[in-house]
Amino acid sequence: MGNVIGIGASPKRKEDQRFLTGRGNYVSDIKRPGMAAGVFVRSPHGHAKLRGIDKSAALAAPGVIAVLTGDDVADDGLGSLPCGWGITDAKGVPMKEPPFPMLAQDKVRFVGDMVAFVIAETSDQANAAAELLTVDYEVLPSVVGVLEAVRPGAPQLFDDVPNNICCDWELGDKAAVETAFRKAAHVAKLSLVNNRLIGNPMEPRAAIAEYEPGTDRFTLWTTSQFPHVVRFLMGALVLNIPQHKLRVVAPDVGGGFGVKQFHYGEEAVITWAAKRVMRPIKWVASRSEGYVSDRHGRDHVTEAELALDETGKFLAFRVKTLANMGGYLSTFGPNIPTNLYGPLLGGVYTTPAIYCNVKVVFTNTVPVDAYRGAGRPEATFVLERIVDVAASEMGLDRVEIRRRNMIPKEGYPYQTPVLVQYDSGDPVGCLDGALVAADVKNFGIRKSESARKGKFRGLGYSTYVEACGLAPSRFAGRLGARGGLYESATVRVHPTGQVTVMIGTHNHGQGHETTFAQIVSEKLGVSFENVDIVFGDTDRVQFGMGTYGSRSLVVGGAALSKATDKVVAKGKKIAAHLLEAAEVDIQFEAGKFSVAGTDRTKTFEEIAGAAYVPHNYPLEVLEPGLEEQAYYDPVNFTYPGGCHIAEVEVDPETGTVTLVNYTAVDDVGTVINPMIVEGQLHGGIVQGVGQALFENAVYDEGSGQLLSGSLMDYCMPRADHMPMMKVATHSTLCTHTPMGVKGCGEVGTIGSPAAVINAVVDALSHLGVTHVDMPATPNRIWRLLQNASLPVAAE
Amino acid sequence: MQISFTLNGRPTTVDVEPATHVAELLREQLNLTGTHIGCDTSQCGACVVHLDGLPVKSCTLLAPALDGATLLTVEGLQGAPGSNRMHPMQEAFREHHGLQCGFCTPGMLMTAVALATEKPALTEADVRHGLEGNICRCTGYQNIVVSVLAGAAAMNAAKGE
Repeated sequence: MGNVIGIGASPKRKEDQRFLTGRGNYVSDIKRPGMAAGVFVRSPHGHAKLRGIDKSAALAAPGVIAVLTGDDVADDGLGSLPCGWGITDAKGVPMKEPPFPMLAQDKVRFVGDMVAFVIAETSDQANAAAELLTVDYEVLPSVVGVLEAVRPGAPQLFDDVPNNICCDWELGDKAAVETAFRKAAHVAKLSLVNNRLIGNPMEPRAAIAEYEPGTDRFTLWTTSQFPHVVRFLMGALVLNIPQHKLRVVAPDVGGGFGVKQFHYGEEAVITWAAKRVMRPIKWVASRSEGYVSDRHGRDHVTEAELALDETGKFLAFRVKTLANMGGYLSTFGPNIPTNLYGPLLGGVYTTPAIYCNVKVVFTNTVPVDAYRGAGRPEATFVLERIVDVAASEMGLDRVEIRRRNMIPKEGYPYQTPVLVQYDSGDPVGCLDGALVAADVKNFGIRKSESARKGKFRGLGYSTYVEACGLAPSRFAGRLGARGGLYESATVRVHPTGQVTVMIGTHNHGQGHETTFAQIVSEKLGVSFENVDIVFGDTDRVQFGMGTYGSRSLVVGGAALSKATDKVVAKGKKIAAHLLEAAEVDIQFEAGKFSVAGTDRTKTFEEIAGAAYVPHNYPLEVLEPGLEEQAYYDPVNFTYPGGCHIAEVEVDPETGTVTLVNYTAVDDVGTVINPMIVEGQLHGGIVQGVGQALFENAVYDEGSGQLLSGSLMDYCMPRADHMPMMKVATHSTLCTHTPMGVKGCGEVGTIGSPAAVINAVVDALSHLGVTHVDMPATPNRIWRLLQNASLPVAAE
Repeated sequence: MQISFTLNGRPTTVDVEPATHVAELLREQLNLTGTHIGCDTSQCGACVVHLDGLPVKSCTLLAPALDGATLLTVEGLQGAPGSNRMHPMQEAFREHHGLQCGFCTPGMLMTAVALATEKPALTEADVRHGLEGNICRCTGYQNIVVSVLAGAAAMNAAKGE
């Protein structure tokens, strides 16, 4: 055995060498012989009828190869972009599911909706020709906000979707909740907005498509988190390309955060176009183009009510939300504000009755879909905000009211009233750990120091639980998933004992090449250096559902663990033959097969060699070779949880909120690589802080123009916005995943928005402020202070 | 037009359309794809290179400005040409997990090296302020800041040897 680096170690990442030396292989880095350039012509209007497109001037421009429009798509009889989830209302009526054409037909429904694809020899020529395309629009009034969209008389996006309501969804026991509210000693009420976000992975989306007439095969290189799903959705449901004739490659991808886990129209158009023009075509989005075409996230308007008894125990929780879907249903769109939202409204508390109603609404905006956390940050924000409101109204301490309602560690497994059953957790342990780590007991001293400088200091708590590791296929199927959510892994042992793993998840920053190699190193006793992880290519990897929902380690890692078990099982059979012993007497430990109670052993390498050079081998009962595959479908979601504490300072002169301390104690189950987990927590937290303090996608009502359409207008968190965060794990083990892992990709983003806003409200509570909507920008805070009931001057 | 400049230590002459920006020249004509383009408003910093020793955003620099100049990209950052040895700043990013998806990394490295060169005794606040023109969406910046401080210290130590 060599250099085993296993579970719990923090080796430096295998993927870093190429990224640090400028040798990554992102889609935009790839060149194909004879490659042409494509650009999309997009609607400048939020809502318009498409009366006609005159291609003639564009076609005559230098270097132009083709101009394709929705009419060409219709002529070729191609399908519409599919939605992966079909939800139903309380009566079982399916959601309204209007078609989502890959190039607009008859109508455009958001600024950025694609109307044509221009292909030319160079991107400059394609851009110049795109300017010459004449599109005749009959502009219609746009509606961009959910409240406006459901009002009588609002512009209607689709003729057969009355009031723009896609689905009126509900969950929970409405009658039980009403009964509980009647008995309540106190009812806290809160109206809030969960602001619309744009994911902004640093690599803009891009695609290259190529058709090989000699083999009738297509290849699509795309910035995707799930290439196999793109192959299935696009090949089987949009373009009618047989699966074995379509290769989808997602090489190095520069961040995803959900934005790249959908099947986009651009992918279908460029693949279809590559055959039409018999040339490889490349398209690379500009950042501005990404703003009006990358799927957006969040965008809820919510009214919540929490019923409590006189001691502050939660009796019932009622939530009504309007969720923005944008102009069409994206791949996971309707699943996010429903199935990934309602079931999380219990949080870490024992609330016995919960009812949630979500109206899923079409508007003239970019389609809304999953963005890191996806539904769960929204649920956590509503719950953790209203808990603070209730505490304040009832004169209870914010920590005490949480503690009083938490599920005790021994209360797990815990069945919530909203479908999900948590398997394990320790919310009180996370809370206690965070209180110490955040030095809460000395907060008063720090607040006085801030006051001396004329600043208001506030402390904010958020606890959370999330359902991740998507997902048990049966459960998801009952909720409306149209696909499975398992994962697959193949462990290929080479004749020399080195290992190549083919896995269906996708690595775009999460460090899978390292973490998965650690699992193999530990389980097979092989050197960490001797394990490589292959992902992101449908020709090399058997199958997979990809990376999202904190699922890669939980579901993919479990498949990998199962596959290594199969390798060991086969190795034992080979060893039994070589060592002339019974198979039941063979033990495998630390890379060696041995006969129990003897010193007779064979190394892993010797067994691998025998498998491929089977001169002395049980050929009559066993095939040669040492390669095993496993699929894993989880039995339940995993439920990471934790407690976050934010500390802010507000400058009353400018309204600026400065995050001065941030502490997180998270329960993510078994930690394979602490260094990587910590990095995931950092990144997740800052994305949540971005939502709380900076980020906001703003549309102009009426015209449907995106006002925050560039990095100049949409404020991304920068290095100097953040203090050094303190993150720690307080783990309980998942009871149903092979290694006890729970997932860690989204926890930071789920816990942080409520913690930050609760801190801002705390800082301003002496002025009578009870709620601040996100993002808490200087402008918003300054206005709030001008209207506050007390003088602004600090004590 | 024809321009001549020193690229990563080697004399280079290219024919280029005058309207080509340097990031495009590097990526499309010279096949140096380590320099990334992450935005169209000079905000993200993924394209930072060193022009005559100073950090610049190559997406807003036109190729003719290179004529007679010295250009360093991430590909030229490592030790001796052709060697596999990394620059101390690259080593520090690996050691402290200062990167995740890798897309902002080349720009971060180039900015970081320039910061460390300009001011030998960097503070955390210096680094955070100095990285304002570089956006990372993955790391939350914390490990980048730690990496830059460690890389700067290693650069200083190497200078002292």
